[in-house]
Amino acid sequence: MNWNDLATRLFGDRHDIREERDLLRGTATFDGATLCVLGTTNHAAIGYELALRQAAVVLGTIEDHPGRPILLLVDTQGQQLRRADEFLGINRAMAHLGCCIDLARRRGHAVIGVVYDQALSGGFITTGLLADECHALPEAEIRVMRLPAMARITKIPEATLAQLSQANPVFAPGVENYVAMGAVRSLWNPDDPASGLRTALAARNTRDVRAADGEQRGGRTAARPTVQKVLDAA
Amino acid sequence: MNRENFELHASRAATRTSYAECTARERLAHVVDAGSFREWLPPAERIMSPHLAQLGVPGAFDDGVAIGEARLAGQRVFAAAQEGAFMGGGVGEVHGAKLVGLFQRALRDKPAAVLLLADSGGVRLHEANAGLIGVSEVMRALLDVRAAGIPVIVLIGGANGCFGGMGIVARCADRIVMSDAGRLGMSGPEVIEASHGVEEFDSRDRALVWRTTGGAHRHRTGDCDVLVADDVVAFRDAAIDALGCTPVFTLEALQAEHRLLVDRLDTLQP
Repeated sequence: MNWNDLATRLFGDRHDIREERDLLRGTATFDGATLCVLGTTNHAAIGYELALRQAAVVLGTIEDHPGRPILLLVDTQGQQLRRADEFLGINRAMAHLGCCIDLARRRGHAVIGVVYDQALSGGFITTGLLADECHALPEAEIRVMRLPAMARITKIPEATLAQLSQANPVFAPGVENYVAMGAVRSLWNPDDPASGLRTALAARNTRDVRAADGEQRGGRTAARPTVQKVLDAA
Repeated sequence: MNRENFELHASRAATRTSYAECTARERLAHVVDAGSFREWLPPAERIMSPHLAQLGVPGAFDDGVAIGEARLAGQRVFAAAQEGAFMGGGVGEVHGAKLVGLFQRALRDKPAAVLLLADSGGVRLHEANAGLIGVSEVMRALLDVRAAGIPVIVLIGGANGCFGGMGIVARCADRIVMSDAGRLGMSGPEVIEASHGVEEFDSRDRALVWRTTGGAHRHRTGDCDVLVADDVVAFRDAAIDALGCTPVFTLEALQAEHRLLVDRLDTLQP
């Protein structure tokens, strides 16, 4: 779904979200409250500068509108794969964005992510994956890499990977798999995304429950018990 | 490096132990106080990846990371060391969960610091989805520890450097120590070359690779706080120095970081 459609389904005309060179930013009125809306579009590659432009919006919201909820609209092809970005320290810019989102949460801003188009690896890890909760539309695509590329790099036949991924969500792309692993809390009904957002905002889930969700849903069963073993180790 | 320094380096080289050439547990043994490292979930417990066997890929009894508690200059610290020889130090489900557990335990038990001896290409592609989520869980757990006032110190000097999600994790810490054998970044040169061609980044041009992500470059820009020789003693000394740092995780600190990174767009030209 394109961001305009999603914004209309969520907020009607009660929003001023604008697109500026792959960045989405603005405010919206939802159930009488003002939200900060921040995101990317056009399957943006998140480079050094785009990470900073997102961080600026988060910092501005923390400073000027304490407590205002932040909705992250995720659509990215992953990190920018350019030498100039590496030279500048793209990892530092992304860490900075992640720290800004984390600080917002700590200072009482609800931060909700929604993958409305696609979310790939490095572009997703310091936005939606650092929200209080991340959700997705059913048609969204989430992955680190496609099976052919994974087959090439791991030297495991693609057919084998395809077969294994039927039963094990760890191997395969797909939004359902990210639900099973606990990274995506729920899928929003595309005809009524407002219900999903309302539930997420009401939950105010500030603890990281993804490993527990992943275990309960059967998609990521080793993570939570391993964490517990470390806590219990004599 | 001037000639005198170079000779000083050369004379020490004969006696020093290369950090880069050590295994994860050797690095831990050299960095913390002698004999003080006590491992949690050691290889004997065989807490392994549940996924690699399905792929017919050999696993490791520690899933490529050693974690535990130790003393550093007499102070109680928690420490993790990634084993670069196992799948490039890649973060899988169990590997990531061990790091998360270490940080959660630090939040509960309040050691003087957490040391992370990174040697990783990032997410382990064989279990990529779980690794990606795991790295984001590590970031949240790490920032919880810093917000509680416990410093996190990252040491980078292994053959895999510190890339992908781990490159981001490192920059979430309070202090980064690197040797000039260390590299820090997001995407490796091969990945960039494969994506945008050899004109964008010639991965065989080693000088260019070092100028882009190497320890000396990162130190010049301030992305690494301390640059040391490839010497286990130098890493230990730098880690002890870092024990004194106090995490500052405030709006003002992030605003200052933001100004610094924005200025860099004008001042730092490749």
